[in-house]
Amino acid sequence: MSTISRDEVAHLAKLARLAVTEDELDLFAGQLDVILDAVAKVSEVATDDVPPTSHAVPLTNVFREDEVRPGLTQEQALSGAPAAEEGRFRVPRILGEEQ
Amino acid sequence: MTAATLLPYDEVLARFDPVLGLEVHVELNTKTKMFCGCVNEFGGEPNTHVCPTCLGLPGSLPVVNGKGVESAIRIGLALNCQIAEWCRFARKNYFYPDMPKNFQTSQYDEPIAFDGYLDVMLDDGEVFRVGIERAHMEEDTGKSLHVGGATGRIHGAEHSLLDYNRAGVPLIEIVTKPIEGAGERAPEVARAYVTALRELMLALGVSDVRMDQGSMRCDANVSLRPKGQQEFGTRTETKNVNSLRSVERAVRYEMQRQAAVLADGGTIVQETRHFQEADGSTSPGRPKETSEDYRYFPEPDLVPIAPSREWVEELRKTLPEPPWKRRKRIQEEWQLTDEELRDLFNTGAVDLVAATVDAGAPVAEARSWWVQFLTQQANAREVELAELAITPKQVARVIELIAEGKLTNKLARQVVEAVLDGEGGPDEVIEARGLQVVSDDSALLAAVDEALAAQPDVVEKIRGGKVQAAGAIVGAVMKATRGQADAKRVRELVLERCK
Repeated sequence: MSTISRDEVAHLAKLARLAVTEDELDLFAGQLDVILDAVAKVSEVATDDVPPTSHAVPLTNVFREDEVRPGLTQEQALSGAPAAEEGRFRVPRILGEEQ
Repeated sequence: MTAATLLPYDEVLARFDPVLGLEVHVELNTKTKMFCGCVNEFGGEPNTHVCPTCLGLPGSLPVVNGKGVESAIRIGLALNCQIAEWCRFARKNYFYPDMPKNFQTSQYDEPIAFDGYLDVMLDDGEVFRVGIERAHMEEDTGKSLHVGGATGRIHGAEHSLLDYNRAGVPLIEIVTKPIEGAGERAPEVARAYVTALRELMLALGVSDVRMDQGSMRCDANVSLRPKGQQEFGTRTETKNVNSLRSVERAVRYEMQRQAAVLADGGTIVQETRHFQEADGSTSPGRPKETSEDYRYFPEPDLVPIAPSREWVEELRKTLPEPPWKRRKRIQEEWQLTDEELRDLFNTGAVDLVAATVDAGAPVAEARSWWVQFLTQQANAREVELAELAITPKQVARVIELIAEGKLTNKLARQVVEAVLDGEGGPDEVIEARGLQVVSDDSALLAAVDEALAAQPDVVEKIRGGKVQAAGAIVGAVMKATRGQADAKRVRELVLERCK
């Protein structure tokens, strides 16, 4: 039985940029618990010699030749952008998240 | 911003022991990006080196650049690392818009290379071993331009503009193990490590490692612990330290700043700091996020990488000589002092000098031209030494012409400047400008006789034993021949005529 706290839900919501109300914190905490419990059931049958699956197809080393292929023009690249300026994508100001 | 209090360096060392961790990002010089066929080239008009894949458009799928993996393995091997038998890419999730996908493709707990070391040579010739934790593959981010802020920084900006030409460029992140035991030499070790890494990348031919263009970037983690304590102190990470000299300055500054905080009974905040090139200080940035916050998970769109041992061994055969061994060999072969060796490497001249020597020039002359005159020219023209418009072969030709007495040093410098200005090769410049040394004695004698006739009083002085007066005649002859005479020979002729 996992127990996700309200604080953890609030933190996850913040990382995912979701606005969550106080009531929803409790609601989602309960729902996430159910999901985690379901996933935990898989762990019960997976023994140490069964590695976690990340890819359904057993392929490795799929490589591309290092050859230039034509891409988009600046106009094409910006055609779907809500806003552009000086050939660049224009985005709202970013607060306190500099990488 | 008020300046931070700094503890004098001696006092820092008397009380604390520094521990460093260096993260260096190296952009690979592959022809294309890591996961798509867009050209990998510095600069360009904004958003012209992009495609649906590196713009993260729906329905696009990445495919790994095999050359990028090959370079990553060679870097790992050159750093004496183990190469993973099997590893995956991972998504590093965040909302900062420098990646249009909302995540960066990186590697998390399965780096392609891990557990190695790099031996680096310090200024006095001592070799210091820096442990390598890992080297992993990832992609570079786009470039943000913050508009409306006073300093172009993010704070106070109204909005930001994004250019994704760099998004997806292959990047190798090389992370050291904690560097302990360097003591007072910690800043020097940091610089020597980044220098050695730069030399190694050049020798491998995997990156152009231009720190000024950002193709090599260093983040420096610094912490202090009281002397005698085993446990590490809280660290700060100083970002984007973009020159070899800055690496040393940033580490030294953080040691002094942190020591002052700790000595005053304060605590260090774990945070990202920004290096200020102007005064060598660091300023606080954002609090450091924990890696859990990035919610890494295996990249489902890229299949795992499992380099065969045969491939790894093939690549091992292509490795260059380790940087410190190369330094030692060059020092011995060319008989250089420690200081001369340092200048040779710090100016980035070593390969150019070697090529000039290969073209037939003596080591001393080749070194002197590149380390002195040509380095000055590169600085004045604000380019890297290797970018100057002169080839090692041309420099060797100039040195040959001096040895043959066809150019004086002064004329040679004029010739080289003309070559740098694009007027052609040395012989062409000499031909076009008529810059030959006047070595024909009869032509010189005519000029000497003319000068002697013009200054009979000087002739009297010389004949009266005042040999130094000959300088006035030599000067007149040099002027008459537009500097193209060999001053030593002119002087001999003057004294002969006045006997």
